[in-house]
Amino acid sequence: MSEFLLLFRGGEGDELRKSPEAWQKHMERWGTWMGELSEQGKMMGAQPLAASGQVVSGQNKIVTDGPFMEGKEMVGGYLMCKAANYDEAMEISKGCPILEFENGIVEVREIQKLEM
Amino acid sequence: MSDHKNFETLVEDLFRHESGKMTAVLTKIFGMKHIDFAEDMVQDTFATAINSWSLNGIPENPSAWLYKVARNKATDQIRRNRFTADLDITEENRQLLSSEYTVELTMNKLWLEDTIKDDLLRMMFACCDDGISIDSQITLVLKTLCGFSTAEIAKALLVNEQTISKRLYRVKEYYRKNDIKPIFPQEHAIRPRVNAVLRSIYLLFNEGYNSTHNSLPIRKDLLNQAIYLCKLLSEHKRTALPEVLAALSLMCFHTARIESRTDENGDLILLADQDRSKWNQELIEQGHHYLNASASGSQLTTYHFEAAIAYEHCKAASIEETNWNQILAYYDIAMGMNPGPIVSLNRMIVFHKVYGLERTRMEIERSPHLANWQSNYLFQSFMGDLLRNEDREMAISHYKKAIKLSQNQAEKRLLQGKIDKITG
Repeated sequence: MSEFLLLFRGGEGDELRKSPEAWQKHMERWGTWMGELSEQGKMMGAQPLAASGQVVSGQNKIVTDGPFMEGKEMVGGYLMCKAANYDEAMEISKGCPILEFENGIVEVREIQKLEM
Repeated sequence: MSDHKNFETLVEDLFRHESGKMTAVLTKIFGMKHIDFAEDMVQDTFATAINSWSLNGIPENPSAWLYKVARNKATDQIRRNRFTADLDITEENRQLLSSEYTVELTMNKLWLEDTIKDDLLRMMFACCDDGISIDSQITLVLKTLCGFSTAEIAKALLVNEQTISKRLYRVKEYYRKNDIKPIFPQEHAIRPRVNAVLRSIYLLFNEGYNSTHNSLPIRKDLLNQAIYLCKLLSEHKRTALPEVLAALSLMCFHTARIESRTDENGDLILLADQDRSKWNQELIEQGHHYLNASASGSQLTTYHFEAAIAYEHCKAASIEETNWNQILAYYDIAMGMNPGPIVSLNRMIVFHKVYGLERTRMEIERSPHLANWQSNYLFQSFMGDLLRNEDREMAISHYKKAIKLSQNQAEKRLLQGKIDKITG
């Protein structure tokens, strides 16, 4: 069993948020998706992220304000889960409600064991 | 002024019924070992409610309002300690409560009306765990399910506050050490577990009923709470056993007659002298309904007999019209099931009504319980009643023994009254 980080990119919900009903239905699908993962014991954690942020970079540790990318590429949240391999991780990712948006992306990355 | 009174009554009623439900849900989330924490959160919720309602008026659906506040407090608590929160919930729910994506959805599901009712029953089973003494069980039931404060429990059970605090402390230690969880019993264990709960509820009821202090509102409250808890058992298909319905029926019949049992001074009034117009016909009707419903199973319990006997009394328009033959028949069956000294003594009192003095004396002489009865105030009092026209001296001596044996001031006064009647 390996561990994977799923990064949710894009998928602006601004239009959807205008209708509280549609928004709630959408969020319920996130709940169902994560509920099933939890039930299978594969869910390790997930959080949505705020749209604004800051970055610190370089040896001079320069701090600048975000957003630092186009909305469609911005990370809006993450989920960590267990899966046997990439095939399974991709199957899991296909159920993610971010894909209801045209520009929704799930980036799947395996957790790497660092050899010291 | 009356508005103020209504407000207080409403809040108190809500507290009696909703605090147990909220504690049950919060305990499910945070674990039995954090039951104190759950109780504090419920107290907080009511404090918030009282503040808001006294300013803005009472909302349309106060229960839903309370659940929402408690739910938000629980959510805040989880958010504050997302990675350290000690949650006792299933791993599945724990994950979902830890994520902002799902915390509110999951929390909302935990507070649905049907779920809450089940949680309350689970909590009842945990309060009446076999490892807890019966005194502690009823203490815990009052505290956790009925929202009584330690002071109120002490007042209701006529025990000092320290004793109550000690009991509660020990039970909570027991929960911690044995990792007790509020769960529904397995199918094969339902009957004994429900009966354990029922025993506590009935004891609670008797505390309120057999009391000289039942002019105290808090003691009367015990009757209502016992009926409320028993109704909860009767409303769930897994716990609505015939004995639950029979006990509920019995409690309705007794409560229907409570107002006629004592006079304005708190003195007991004998059944024969009670004003039957004061009996609550609505409760008698309810009791009858539950009694009929309790006849569904093949199992007859002592609750069934006591309820059937109580119904015979409730049905009779006067003491003379009481169907003593029927009552004696019930006692004969009860004796077959549980031939103990108390049932046997009560049967003897009814036997006297049917067969008169001479045959009763013969029965008493022959009874295997005669030695045991000597130290029972009810027997001494009954002997006094039997002999008062035959042998005044003997009757007075029996009444005096009864006064010595009774713990109850109102009973003592009643017995002294009987002596005064003979001598005066």
